[in-house]
Amino acid sequence: MKAQDIRAMILEVIHQIVPDEDLSNLKGDVRIRDQIEMDSMDFLDIMMELRKRYGIKVPEEDYMKLATLDGSVAYLEPLMKQF
Amino acid sequence: MNNETRIVITGIGLTAPNGNNLTEFRQNLLAGKSGVGKIETHYMGEVIAGICHFDPLKYQKKKEIRRGTRAGSIAIYSANEAIADSGLALTSIDKSRIGIYLGVTEHGNVETENEIYNIKQFDYNVDFWSHHHNPRTVANNPAGEVTMNMGITGPHYTLGAACAAGSIGIIQGLQMLLLGEIDLALAGGVSETPNTFGVFAAFRNEGALASHPDPSKACRPFDKNRNGIVVSEGGCVCVLEKLSDALKRGARIYGEIVGYAINSDAFDFILPNAQRQAECIRFALRKAGISTGDIDILNTHATGTREGDKVECQAIREAFGADSNVYINNTKSFIGHTMGAAGALELVGNLPSFEDHIVHQTINIDDLDPECTFKNLVINKPRKVDKVDYILDNSFGMLGINSVLIVKRYEN
Repeated sequence: MKAQDIRAMILEVIHQIVPDEDLSNLKGDVRIRDQIEMDSMDFLDIMMELRKRYGIKVPEEDYMKLATLDGSVAYLEPLMKQF
Repeated sequence: MNNETRIVITGIGLTAPNGNNLTEFRQNLLAGKSGVGKIETHYMGEVIAGICHFDPLKYQKKKEIRRGTRAGSIAIYSANEAIADSGLALTSIDKSRIGIYLGVTEHGNVETENEIYNIKQFDYNVDFWSHHHNPRTVANNPAGEVTMNMGITGPHYTLGAACAAGSIGIIQGLQMLLLGEIDLALAGGVSETPNTFGVFAAFRNEGALASHPDPSKACRPFDKNRNGIVVSEGGCVCVLEKLSDALKRGARIYGEIVGYAINSDAFDFILPNAQRQAECIRFALRKAGISTGDIDILNTHATGTREGDKVECQAIREAFGADSNVYINNTKSFIGHTMGAAGALELVGNLPSFEDHIVHQTINIDDLDPECTFKNLVINKPRKVDKVDYILDNSFGMLGINSVLIVKRYEN
């Protein structure tokens, strides 16, 4: 999966988790939780979706690396080459 | 009795399989319209059930619905509707003085079954078990979701009382008002039970799950050919307050709760006991300071099981006498068994009788069971009566829990 596809996938998952939020102006380099109403349980939902869809289990110590959209893409890109 | 110790119902919010507010619910009861249909459930395929059709988005965001439970959504809808109906503005009330007391027959089965169904797809790897499971399954969930939705900071909890829970929620609200713990109660009960296959399977395996080619005829209390329970969802929340407070703000008063009782059979896990049910009725009458002759409408608990209906009829004969003139009806015949909501929903469906003097009927009686006959059992069409001053509502549940509520027409 390419970077732009990973970004689209993450946005689609976020929309599923927080369907009331407008994601159209989400900035890539700012913490997602600073831009939309999203809490730690929602973040865990995103981790669960990655696990269910792609078998990717993100270790807790890496959670901070997925705090932004850009960070998430960078983190997931090497893990999602086969998809 | 002064107005500080008289508790009245001043708002009603509900969702039933045949109506999403009291007006609609009552109209459909009088029109003989059932709300029972068919749903698909895990492992069992199609089952007969009563499902509510309210719009959860009226009071919840999509995310709240996703995070919470169906029982929570039903409770939130019913509580918001009750406050709206009461004419109270939440902004003008001290929210720390509002208590939420909701009866539940069971809670957590749906969410647990869903998670097991979910992890089955992942070979039972618990890494896929939802982190939402605990907040969804704690027993206070439905009431707690109401607090978050409405910003109510007073006490909240559910009352686990099998199928007597809806009326016990109301009794708890009344008691907390009388104790001075709160100024306003949101009290009643909720059910999300049709979403759990386990309840259907257990009823079926004990020979107590209703079946009929026409789902709307499946729930048929007092009929000779009745064959079990129709499992339904539903919610009913009443705004309760002291009469003095209600009068001060010029509230509409649906009725005054003048009598109530809760007792236990101490007898069997599932079998009911006529003697204890009759005793519960007598306790409630004594609390109200009235006699059986004062009751105009008796709304039965009868669920459509062979034994349960027969035993309740015995209890009524024991408490009221075999030739009582009381008008007797049943609401489950329309909506099935709304479990934790039943006691509250079935009571409020009858409250309009104080004004319209019509007793709603029991539907689906094609062949009346001779063991369930009463002089004034209202069968298949509503009955116009001269007056309705007192309504008595029976609710009984497994493990032998009985509750009875008596509501009096309010007069200035």
